[in-house]
Amino acid sequence: MDTKQGVLDILNDLTGEDLSDQMDENIFDNGLMDSMASVQMLLSLQEKFDIDVPVSEFKRAEWDTPNKIVAKVESLENE
Amino acid sequence: MNFNFINLQPYSNPQYFIYLMIALIPIILGLYFGHRFKTYEAIFSIVFLFLIFDGSHWQQGVNLLIWLVYEFILTFAYQYYRHHGKNKTWVFSLAVILAIIPLAAVKYLTAFPDNSIGFVIGFLGISYVTFKTVQVIMEMRDGAIKKVDPVTYARFLLFFPTISSGPIDRYRRFKKDYEKVPTRDAYITDLQYAVRYLFQGFLYKFVIGWFFGTYWLPKITASALVVGNANGGLKLSWWVLAYMYCYSMYLFFDFAGYSLFAVSISYFMGIHTPMNFNKPFISKNIKDFWNRWHMTLSFWFRDYIYMRFSFFAMKKKLFKNRIRLSQVSYFLLFLIQGFWHGLTWYYIVYGIFHASAICINDMWLRFKGKHKKQIPSNKFTEWFAIFLTFNVVCFSFLIFSGFLSQLWFGWK
Repeated sequence: MDTKQGVLDILNDLTGEDLSDQMDENIFDNGLMDSMASVQMLLSLQEKFDIDVPVSEFKRAEWDTPNKIVAKVESLENE
Repeated sequence: MNFNFINLQPYSNPQYFIYLMIALIPIILGLYFGHRFKTYEAIFSIVFLFLIFDGSHWQQGVNLLIWLVYEFILTFAYQYYRHHGKNKTWVFSLAVILAIIPLAAVKYLTAFPDNSIGFVIGFLGISYVTFKTVQVIMEMRDGAIKKVDPVTYARFLLFFPTISSGPIDRYRRFKKDYEKVPTRDAYITDLQYAVRYLFQGFLYKFVIGWFFGTYWLPKITASALVVGNANGGLKLSWWVLAYMYCYSMYLFFDFAGYSLFAVSISYFMGIHTPMNFNKPFISKNIKDFWNRWHMTLSFWFRDYIYMRFSFFAMKKKLFKNRIRLSQVSYFLLFLIQGFWHGLTWYYIVYGIFHASAICINDMWLRFKGKHKKQIPSNKFTEWFAIFLTFNVVCFSFLIFSGFLSQLWFGWK
């Protein structure tokens, strides 16, 4: 499965917006995401990609743009 | 029993900074020339810790040592358990509960009237060291912390610039700084920040904070009590409003000033203790406010209570509705924070007030998201949002201050 598309689908479910043209947009600063949405995102990512992301590993600054999320998921998939 | 030692409470007066700067010189020179003198740093920390907890405060010092031994046994027992590949939820919950028990007991016992308990309870900064311990246990549970080094752990818990009131650092972040020596360029930048924060701290705590807290606040308090008692009823007057703004300013400048000192001294030591405040009074809503006010505490509550509880509840599908879940989590977070401040009605009400405010804020944000086209957004609405948030926040601090209790019931 294409990681980028998978991440964008999850973000689309959460925010109601297609973010494919704003891959470097900070989605916390613009109010699209908050803590509750990130919890849901982590759960969805775990289900979809079969990766393990403990809450401890969630640092906002490392997950705040679609591109960063894709990169994180890819690195966790390769572990 | 009392020893005739000098006792120095952290950052309390100008002499303290003179002693501190003299003691820092070897550390500064060391880091500048590429060495971290860990032994000297340890002695330096122990001396300044001793100065906090000696003399008339010696019983607190004993309590600190007992607490430290207890939490060390707990942390390393849990680590031993985790190293055997086990990760039961009940063991984890038990470890967290045991870690919190001393703090909970202190909060409970200090709710009694003064002197009704025959011994000294707790010690300065017990909350902040407890938060650090709980954080380490939670990250061990997640496997994010694999191995706790006893010496680094002790240094982390007892890091003296932040021991009394934070900011609350994170173990993994602290360890990274503590184990390396910054490059000369990086350290020169650190020193620039350290000096700037130090002087900003002086301005905040000893000048602006002093005017609001020591100069104006007692006068306003006296007037508000006199006029309130003459008015009767709810005893409200314009003085209460003046108290609200004056106290809010005092609270910010005093605490932000203190936090700046703690961050400044950390930077002198090449440790990037996180900032606690980021212009909280220009927040455009309550959520934004909590990302700017006492940040290391609110992020601690966000990461270790709100997110963990939500994650757990969502995974177990305890709530059908995500909005309901977020509201429950907010109430949980702010009620715990209220109880942590103290077992008094106004701290609990303060917690409920903020939980309600943030839920209303979320409702508004959802409404706004659905009606983007109809709702105007311009410079005026931005200023109005800041103005409204500021007043909601100041009102919450009026509750927090306990002044209403003093006005209505004659006690705080």
